[in-house]
Amino acid sequence: MSEVRKIDRREFLKRTGQAGGGLVFAVTFGSACQPDVATDGPVAKASASVMPNVYVNIRNDGRVDIVCHRSEMGQGIRTSLPQIIADEMEANWDMIDVVQAIGHEKYGDQNTDGSTSIRRHFDLLRNAGATARDMMIAAAASTWGVPAEECVARQHAVHHEASGKSAGYGDLVDVASGMPQPDKAAFKSPEDYRYIGKPMDTIDGMAFTTGGAMYGIDTVVPDMLHASIERCPAFGGTATGYDEAAAKAVAGVADVIRMPEPTSPPMFNAQGGIAVLASNTWAAIEGRKALAVDWDRGANATYTSETYKKDLIASSSAPGTTVLNRGDADIETDSTFDAIYYAPHLSQAPMEPPAAVAWINEDGSCEVWACTQDPQSARNTVAGVLGLEQEQVTVNVTLLGGGFGRKSKPDFIVEAAWLARETGRPVKVTWTREDDIRHGYLHSVSAQYFRAGMDADGKTVSLLHRTSFPSIASTFAPGVTGPSGFELDLGVLDSPWDVPNMRSETCDAIAHVRIGWLRSVCNVFHAFGAGSFVDELAHLKGRDPKEHLLEMIGPPRKIDPADDGAKYTNYGQDLEQHPIDTGRLSAVVEKVADMAGWGRKLPDGHGLGIAVHRSFLAYVATAAEVSVDEQGRPVVRDIWTCIDAGTVINTDRVHSQMEGAAIFGMSIALHGEITAQDGAIVQGNFDTYPVMRMSETPAVIHTHVVASNAPPGGVGEPGVPPVAPAIANAYFAATGTRVRELPLRNMSGA
Amino acid sequence: MAIEFELNGEAVSLDVDPTMPLLWAIRDIAGLTGTKYACGKALCGACNVHLDGQPVRSCAVPASIAAGRNITTIEGLSSDGSHPVQVAWRELNVAQCGYCQSGQIMTAAALLERNPDPTDDDIDLAMNGNICRCGTYPRIRQAIHKAAEDKS
Repeated sequence: MSEVRKIDRREFLKRTGQAGGGLVFAVTFGSACQPDVATDGPVAKASASVMPNVYVNIRNDGRVDIVCHRSEMGQGIRTSLPQIIADEMEANWDMIDVVQAIGHEKYGDQNTDGSTSIRRHFDLLRNAGATARDMMIAAAASTWGVPAEECVARQHAVHHEASGKSAGYGDLVDVASGMPQPDKAAFKSPEDYRYIGKPMDTIDGMAFTTGGAMYGIDTVVPDMLHASIERCPAFGGTATGYDEAAAKAVAGVADVIRMPEPTSPPMFNAQGGIAVLASNTWAAIEGRKALAVDWDRGANATYTSETYKKDLIASSSAPGTTVLNRGDADIETDSTFDAIYYAPHLSQAPMEPPAAVAWINEDGSCEVWACTQDPQSARNTVAGVLGLEQEQVTVNVTLLGGGFGRKSKPDFIVEAAWLARETGRPVKVTWTREDDIRHGYLHSVSAQYFRAGMDADGKTVSLLHRTSFPSIASTFAPGVTGPSGFELDLGVLDSPWDVPNMRSETCDAIAHVRIGWLRSVCNVFHAFGAGSFVDELAHLKGRDPKEHLLEMIGPPRKIDPADDGAKYTNYGQDLEQHPIDTGRLSAVVEKVADMAGWGRKLPDGHGLGIAVHRSFLAYVATAAEVSVDEQGRPVVRDIWTCIDAGTVINTDRVHSQMEGAAIFGMSIALHGEITAQDGAIVQGNFDTYPVMRMSETPAVIHTHVVASNAPPGGVGEPGVPPVAPAIANAYFAATGTRVRELPLRNMSGA
Repeated sequence: MAIEFELNGEAVSLDVDPTMPLLWAIRDIAGLTGTKYACGKALCGACNVHLDGQPVRSCAVPASIAAGRNITTIEGLSSDGSHPVQVAWRELNVAQCGYCQSGQIMTAAALLERNPDPTDDDIDLAMNGNICRCGTYPRIRQAIHKAAEDKS
């Protein structure tokens, strides 16, 4: 039972559906997605099945394959995506098999980040289901010689009410396979939805609870080497010497290979280092320990967080480049108040560290299996590095053991592909936790300067916001000296404040590590700064924080940042369809305040805090109740969160995303801090980079999902940004101490 | 050197370095991938298995510890996913990404073996070594209570 069944390469290819030039290779999950137990993907065989489009394959036994072209990392897309298609096509849920797509442009955008899977694909997926349904109707109408308009599709069959005839989808496959694929079809009315808007069970539930769920790290292919890579402590450095013989002397070690040097800018490339390849993971890790590499730490060897923080704060304290201007933010006012907020680097730290398997076939083509959020960029990057055509690279997408933005970057897949070619054998690269925390793409460190001017009545009449942080753009382009446009969309240019004079500026900051996305990205620190500052203003004015927050948001209206000269892209979607609607923002504030019992008498030493933020086209308010324990450490007693994301697909997964986002936000607020010393990341594992544990987490995360027929917004990320300011504001209410730096565990007494 | 033990009820003989962590022996040598690597330092519980019924961090014990004993992994907790903890996990849709859940389930199953009706504090104490980055803790707690009810 415990033997890894040995299969040769030819059999492997046959069983994974690639022999004979396989039209589509896709791995069926369900019990497993391990390649050696994979079944054929939705390969259209003459009238045995029909594919109305690339997302749907109807088999003549009635089973329907629905292709999930987005990556599953806990958001539940492998359940909610089929919900949309199955609903529109009137498929019976029990007849659905979900097939994970390879990375291929025929599926359209597969980059699973930016909370885009539903908000940017809802119409596309509805159309995929609706056209499949119309194809079935057309096949039935043609068989019966009746007009299609007289037929209806209902639960996996087409019915002709007048004659009483019915035909199951499977029985219609043969006729349908000779018919044209329709481009467009009418959508259902929301009141007719069977699955959309319902709390459907997770499709992978059995696999998740029995050990059958297969992640990138679980991929096993025959004759595979296991690689572990020692990388320079500072990004961009090079090895000046290492003990290859000592590493090779470790039992199980097969080879030691020097990786190609890192590129500048780093992009998605491998970052250099010394790879140890062995017959198992542990031997590779042990071999690494014997390398004793001497490093020239290179240009980033001077990067030390303590000094950098001072520079960053100084940068945000001086005038920068104006990116938004309304009225005159420098007008004379009765009083002014300013504050600076600092937030450190963070690591995404998904529970599954980056891991990938690559294999070079005899014809030179490359096949990889990886926990990737973006299989197309993985494919393109691997092709570029290996000098292959895109068509020669196949990227199979496994489940992701968490992503949070880390697995948008395919550098670890490039490492596996490069090593597979060097060794001539399949290679699995597994990052250790320390590799993940020390050598990833860090969430940016930031400083935010805010200055408000108040009139004689205490109303805020001017507001200046300066943001300073090393940019994600520095990962992709040389000479980047500060925040770039898309990052300002995330909580700078879309400020909701009803203040007549407002200016936003960016201030320079140079990157010394690879900077990347982390769940909700720059919204994390922009919301922390703005949400804290507005709360500070409330206390300064002696106002109730919630009433003051609503006053700052002002009356219901739609904001267009272009009116203030800002270049705002609204998360890539139309501002008409997805406005910045202050009415919806205020509504979630009111709702969450109500849920939290705002204004009630609290136990001694407890405080309530509130914050709100729009991101990824969704509106989220969070309230937190905080106290301090005997050691002076902050304790989140209770947390409430309310989201208006417009139309939602799987209500239960929206709740679970909000629960998870609250806890992810608590990790950021209370614990999260990555620092550098002489270019090296100080933290390395969950002891030095703690994340929330069960005992620190409230028993219930109270969540409310606003019922709405508005176009769908994002869900995976928007729950995170308001959490840290809500907790910091509650900490102030509890203790009278203002938190202007994250994480809270660094507060005196904490 | 071969280490002989029972793995999920079947006698196995694994030819491994006895100092190899049990985790890697289970994953890379025995080929059972349900047991997960996430920290390698007994900090997160993703690798939890049962050693003679007791939960252990397989990343932090040598393979030699298994000699002559019974190891149960997530694959062996039940033959068909019918253990009350597994059932409760599905009923409450606990998992998000699912990666840590093998370890969570193994820890929870061991808790219920020694304490059939745990309080919230008992659960916190037993489960505090298991990290979930997705934030499924409230549902884990609820599912343990549910499994306890269903068992009784």
